[in-house]
Amino acid sequence: MADPIRWARYRWQRLISTEGREGSRPSNSSNKYHQSSKAIGKHRIVIPCLGHFKEEYEKVSKLYMNNKIRTTKYTLLNFLPRNLFEQFHRVANLYFLFLVVLNWVPLVEAFQKEIAMLPLVAVLTIIAVKDGLEDYSKYKMDKQINNLLTKVYSRKEKKYIDECWKNVNVGDFIRLSRNEIIPADMVLLYSSDLDGICYIETASLDGETNLKQRQVVRGYSEQVSEIDPEKFSSRIECESPNNDLGRFRGFVEHSNKDRVGLSKENLLLRGCTVRNTEAVVGIVVYAGHETKAMLNNSGPYYKRSKLERKVNTDILWCVLLLILMCLTGAIGHGIWLSRYSEISFFTIPEPDGKLIPPTLAAFNVFWTMIILLQVLIPISLYVSIEIVKLGQIYLIQNDIDFYHEKTDSTIQCRALNIAEDLGQIQYIFSDKTGTLTENKMVFRRCSIAGQEYCHEENAKRLESYQEMDSEDGDSADHQCGSSMHISKWEGDDCRAVNEPLNRKSVNLLSGSHSALGREDGAGDAPHSGHVAFSSPIETDVIPDTQLLKKFGQISSHSCDQSEASSKLSLETMYITDFFLALAICNTVVVSVPSQPRQKMRLSSLGRMPIKSLEEIRQMFQRLSIRRLSSSPLPNVKESSSESPSSFVSKLSVFRMKMASPALDETAQRAAELHNMDSPENSHVPQELDMVNVAACCEHNSATSSIELSPLPKLCYEAESPDEAALVHAARAYRCILQSRTPDQVTVDFAGLGSLTFQVLHILPFDSVRKRMSVVVRHPVSNKVVVYTKGADSVMMGLLRTASEDTNNSEVEQMKIKERTQKHLDDYARKGLRTLCIAKKVMSDAEYAEWLNHHFLAETSIDNREELLLESAIRLETKLTLLGATGIEDRLQEGVPDTIQALRKAGIKIWMLTGDKRETAVNIAYACKLLEPDDRIFTLKSQNKSPGFSAGLVIDGRTLEHVLHDSLQNIFLELTEKCRAVVCCRATPLQKSVLVRLVRNKLKAMTLAVGDGANDVSMIQVADTGVGIFGQEGMQAVMASDFAVCQFRHLKKLLLVHGHWCYTRLTNMVLYFFYKNVAYVNLLFWYQFFCGFSGTSMTDYWILILFNLLFTSVPPIIYGVLDKDVSAEVLLQLPQLYMMSQKSLAYLPSTFWITLLDAFYQSIVCFFVPYFTYYGSDIDIFSFGNPINTAALFIILFHLLIECKSVTWIHTVVVVGSILFYFVFTLAFGATCKTHNPSSNPYWIMEQHMTDPVFYLVCLLTTCVALLPRYLLRVLQGTLFPSPVLRAKHLDRLTPEEQREAIKRWRDDSVVNCRVELHTISGSSSSVTALETRGSPAGFCTLAQHDLTFPFRKQAF
Amino acid sequence: MKNKMSFLQQEGEACPSRCPDNSAFRQQRLPAWKPQFTITAVLSTFFLTGMFCLSVGVCLILSANSIREIQIDYSDKCSDCSKLRENSSNWNKECLCSVNFTLKEDILGDVFMYYGLQNFYQNHRRYAISRSDAQLLGQNVNNSYCAPFTTYQNGTPMAPCGAIANSMFNDTFDLFYNLNSSVTQVPLLKTGNSWWTDKNVKFRNPKSYNLSSAFAGTSRPPYWQKPVYLLDEEDERNNGYINDDFIIWMRVSAFATFRNLYRRVRRIRQFADGLPAGNYTFHISYNFPVTKFKARKHVILSTVVWSGGSNPFLGIAYVISGTAATLAGFVITAIHLKLRKRKTYFQK
Repeated sequence: MADPIRWARYRWQRLISTEGREGSRPSNSSNKYHQSSKAIGKHRIVIPCLGHFKEEYEKVSKLYMNNKIRTTKYTLLNFLPRNLFEQFHRVANLYFLFLVVLNWVPLVEAFQKEIAMLPLVAVLTIIAVKDGLEDYSKYKMDKQINNLLTKVYSRKEKKYIDECWKNVNVGDFIRLSRNEIIPADMVLLYSSDLDGICYIETASLDGETNLKQRQVVRGYSEQVSEIDPEKFSSRIECESPNNDLGRFRGFVEHSNKDRVGLSKENLLLRGCTVRNTEAVVGIVVYAGHETKAMLNNSGPYYKRSKLERKVNTDILWCVLLLILMCLTGAIGHGIWLSRYSEISFFTIPEPDGKLIPPTLAAFNVFWTMIILLQVLIPISLYVSIEIVKLGQIYLIQNDIDFYHEKTDSTIQCRALNIAEDLGQIQYIFSDKTGTLTENKMVFRRCSIAGQEYCHEENAKRLESYQEMDSEDGDSADHQCGSSMHISKWEGDDCRAVNEPLNRKSVNLLSGSHSALGREDGAGDAPHSGHVAFSSPIETDVIPDTQLLKKFGQISSHSCDQSEASSKLSLETMYITDFFLALAICNTVVVSVPSQPRQKMRLSSLGRMPIKSLEEIRQMFQRLSIRRLSSSPLPNVKESSSESPSSFVSKLSVFRMKMASPALDETAQRAAELHNMDSPENSHVPQELDMVNVAACCEHNSATSSIELSPLPKLCYEAESPDEAALVHAARAYRCILQSRTPDQVTVDFAGLGSLTFQVLHILPFDSVRKRMSVVVRHPVSNKVVVYTKGADSVMMGLLRTASEDTNNSEVEQMKIKERTQKHLDDYARKGLRTLCIAKKVMSDAEYAEWLNHHFLAETSIDNREELLLESAIRLETKLTLLGATGIEDRLQEGVPDTIQALRKAGIKIWMLTGDKRETAVNIAYACKLLEPDDRIFTLKSQNKSPGFSAGLVIDGRTLEHVLHDSLQNIFLELTEKCRAVVCCRATPLQKSVLVRLVRNKLKAMTLAVGDGANDVSMIQVADTGVGIFGQEGMQAVMASDFAVCQFRHLKKLLLVHGHWCYTRLTNMVLYFFYKNVAYVNLLFWYQFFCGFSGTSMTDYWILILFNLLFTSVPPIIYGVLDKDVSAEVLLQLPQLYMMSQKSLAYLPSTFWITLLDAFYQSIVCFFVPYFTYYGSDIDIFSFGNPINTAALFIILFHLLIECKSVTWIHTVVVVGSILFYFVFTLAFGATCKTHNPSSNPYWIMEQHMTDPVFYLVCLLTTCVALLPRYLLRVLQGTLFPSPVLRAKHLDRLTPEEQREAIKRWRDDSVVNCRVELHTISGSSSSVTALETRGSPAGFCTLAQHDLTFPFRKQAF
Repeated sequence: MKNKMSFLQQEGEACPSRCPDNSAFRQQRLPAWKPQFTITAVLSTFFLTGMFCLSVGVCLILSANSIREIQIDYSDKCSDCSKLRENSSNWNKECLCSVNFTLKEDILGDVFMYYGLQNFYQNHRRYAISRSDAQLLGQNVNNSYCAPFTTYQNGTPMAPCGAIANSMFNDTFDLFYNLNSSVTQVPLLKTGNSWWTDKNVKFRNPKSYNLSSAFAGTSRPPYWQKPVYLLDEEDERNNGYINDDFIIWMRVSAFATFRNLYRRVRRIRQFADGLPAGNYTFHISYNFPVTKFKARKHVILSTVVWSGGSNPFLGIAYVISGTAATLAGFVITAIHLKLRKRKTYFQK
């Protein structure tokens, strides 16, 4: 028993050390203080603990919690009582306690008092040690978090001093620097950013790696210097703590009673990380367990495995059996005693010399029997189960197939007690991003102006990555890969121009490449994960040759000034705008990795090689004429109407650009030279050309070396990975986003030079509009241009219609639209995330008008959101479609295969994602969750365009209604009939509610898998929570029961380990029942021959130790190591999973058959010796000894019959147990002369060892007892083999035969399933969308109507 | 800790630190014997078991048949005495009774003489624990398990204490061989009947210069006629706690019907080969009252073989189970042959 404990300790140590390595993320795994805010009412007032507020502060702040968190269950003082209290919640332990107490009653005492306590003490100690270690690791985590340092303003010292997290109080001022973790929820009062913006990374909170902007409270952002807490004289009133991450309401009341509203934009959440911002100051509003992050965790959920619950019911049966047996004993004793009216020799009188009345004696005997037969309730079962689970988990953790070399991580089993639940999963709830996908968005295709560019080279590149992935490529592979790229580039003929330089640049490139490659290798390790979306797979886009050629013509045209065909230039114009839109229409933040998180400021732009401003202006004028926009050319006056500051900055930019004319000239020359010949004969990727341009310039001008390869030096951080992918794609075409500030965007455009766009507005993405827009003033044309990108479903409706005037271009537009739509459909079919890119040119007058309205909307107080929405919609009309993009969120390796296998195993898979519907459905298709011929029902609560794609798709809002009590059942009934359910736009809480619903209402075994903190509550609620080591922190992993590196590992985890763990534990539990019933019945039968007096024919020590020592290890080994079917076969035949899923190994009937067998065996084991020794001079213990010995053999050999595979460990343990038994009984028999108050087994074993009858009795007993079980097993394997038995048989075949057999098996089942399908699926082929108008009632009726729809039953 | 970890990580770059061992045990690929129910294995199991059981059974039956045993129930034959004993006030009145029987053939070999009791529940729990092993080892301990036979009301402890000792069987038997009207007493061995370990280790008299002083201050159990140090008046070494009859009685019997070894026939003179055929008489000193609890008393003469006593059960059981196993083997053969023709064996 010591070994598993040591092992467990080791495991915990390792866990702890892992946490240490990952860096400290606040653990909010548990929280019991939800209700703490009850006394405070609806609002909370936050007052700084400063100056004149002091009194009030003291009054108010007492009610608030400080920032200390405690997730542990015990403290040092209360460990013993509380642990005991918790342990005695287990009925079994209570039962044992009861027995111990009972044994202290002299009248019914059956055992020696000490002996009776032995099992209970053993059980309690083992469990207590386990709990203690578990809690200790939590305590260490808490301590680590509580003692993190942060800078808190101290009134005494008048400055910010280091303070532990736990000492932070509500009302404190906290100053954080870049990359620091926010210790508590606070309102942002100052940011070093000039615009009052602070970027935070919420990865540890909601799982999104992108940066979020937070705004300094209005009124404070104008301050130039840092806020002085001493002068802060306002009070903050805000909501009471709640768990809504997306909402924060409150206001700041200044001393002059002015109120400034607060929103979630002003709130920094605990657990997030400050990024890109030098310093921020905030005032704490919620602390500790009241922070939103902590409240968002639905608290710890004690998970008890399904098997354990079932075991408990069966134990109740055993209790019933026990009571029955004891009653028999009591009644029997009463009757027996009533036969003797007088005192006889063997009826011991009471001290007063009289006999006790039979009824009282019977009553006493009842309790005596309960003590005597206590073993019937499997005493060592609980401990054994715990140990077996430890062993199983040890083996799972050591499975090399779960090892992911890239991240050097393997599976972590964090929950020790639910391993067998893995074998019974019926529902899997999966997160999407990062779980099914890699969370790496890759630009795949685009369509511009109706022309598709399929980026084959890029596809090839991706394939090469795939290969590297599959090879688990080490750094050597990366090296090899990059050298391959280099060799390709070396084939470029431009190398001849200036070879030495070229080589230099190549070296540099390859250097950076391999560096990136290395980062990719280690980049998945969480500690380096702070560079978001930056693996080369996402950043390196190889341009499409055709597109690049066309793109190159932009500059060449601008050079020779000759008019090409209008078609070509129109297309060129489209391409230019398209890439500009990609680069501008986003909220990407640019930083330089060498100085992490430093924003690219304008200052560096001056050194960029550019053409003269005049030239660019000419080019764009030329292009804009062809753009057929009706707006007149802007005049200078209009442009001067801009806000003065931006105008000045623009001027300064231009001034700086002009500062290096010499450089410009050389650059231009080089670029021209280069672009002249490149379009004709370059089939290879032209990235190098661009580098060459830069290199040439650098060489000629010899100014500085920094720009040698500016390309890889920029680092983009985007709100969504899609954006990043688009920006990277644009960059590949030399349309490089150089910097972004709230009012300016600078783009380095294809050798033309930097263009600085003045950003007028950003209309951010929202789920209603499904698009975002950026309004900029074009630096060249000086017109207001709107770039919009969004989902095709909405964008296509917003395009300029042809009705106005039908000239050539309009027709052209229509054609483009049609073709683009075709391409979009194609992309969607391929599982790509599609986006439409469009633009619109506005006249200044139009813009001014819109601006007016918009300003009104912004300033209105009532339904501001709606007005803003309206305003945005007004702007985004009459767009000109530029093109579309297809982005791939690459599925993780092996995901479709895994999902298919899991479905074959009879598991229903739901996808719960916060992502938008289109993406979710696309991914669902890609990973074969939905199949093309599935009918898809879409449940929606808005009256929007009904989605006709393909299972059940439901979005967050609808979920809200659906999760209403009245609708739950209908919804579940509906989902039961769908083979896949996709829930999009689901909040973390909704996810968990959904999981709980399925779990509770359908009584199904659920597994939730996710990688981000947004999945935490779902993971905690599910029966089994699986976390994926993602790029998004450790939150999910910390909350999970099992943590794997890849989704595909689920396959083996469930199909193999789940099956094994379940069958092993089931068999072991059944065996335990058998063992105990068989053994206890021996005692029971003896009661019939000793006047039901409760005599045991075995010595008490041996009786107790029989279960604790002699027969406890073999079943444990059996439970840990038994292997009914090999892993290979299990993986190939997922159907086998259904055996364990349906609990076929542990049906109620199995339990009763086991008991029946136990009864039979005990009868044999008792009566063979009984009849043998009947009437002889045998004494009690000499009679008990052969029985006991035979029972040992029977019990151990029974195990061998049940064993599916016998390794040397089994042999050693079984032989060891037998030897141990004999050694013990011999030693005990030789030494105990007075150990026992009653007669003792002195020298009995020794005596028997020399007696041939003893051996003959044991032999016969064992044979006769085991014969039926053996016969049953033989006949079962022959006459009615279960699938598992058949699969077991496969293991013996040669590989070829095996393959053949498996193929045949699969075919069989396919046929079966088809037949089933045919009968079940009806005839309807209509696609139905269930719609509600936001009212639960409406949904209710509709759902009821449509529930009768035929459904496609999933195969297997 | 962090430093340490990163250091380890660097070191372990060649061999990743967390990669599990690729050992057979950890990967659960230990070479395993997978018991398969192949037809040869199954059939050989059944037939071999069957054959073995049959042969052992036959041997056992044969050896059990060689046992000679004679059992005489004297509860009825000594009804006068039993009536006398019903009244406990007559406890010190001697009652003798003799039982005649005839041996039709010789009983050869070692002959053991048992007394048998029927319906005497020595295995009753509270009876069976009513003893003090420590006291019987010669230690002076007061044991609560003996209650209520621990001390007399005046505080004198009982030696030996407890219900078992108190109820010790105290009938005595003498066996007489009547040959041609001359009566010879069959020589019987009093000692050596108990286990050697019991006699020499488990039961010890309290240490003193003589037995009566060793038991000074104690008193005999209430049902006893003599104090414990006078159990065998002829042999000083067979007295006190180490008296063979006492030791044997203290070995609590497993069943309500049991026998205890009383004497062995001493193989001298005409009894050198055992008991010759003829008429015998038991002279029984009837002391042990059993009528109150409807028990019966026997006296038994028996020989013993390697396979135990006269009980033929084991041999019969072996024969039966051997037959069953063989039959099962035939049934399986039949099933196998039938299924093999249908080609549905194991696999569809």
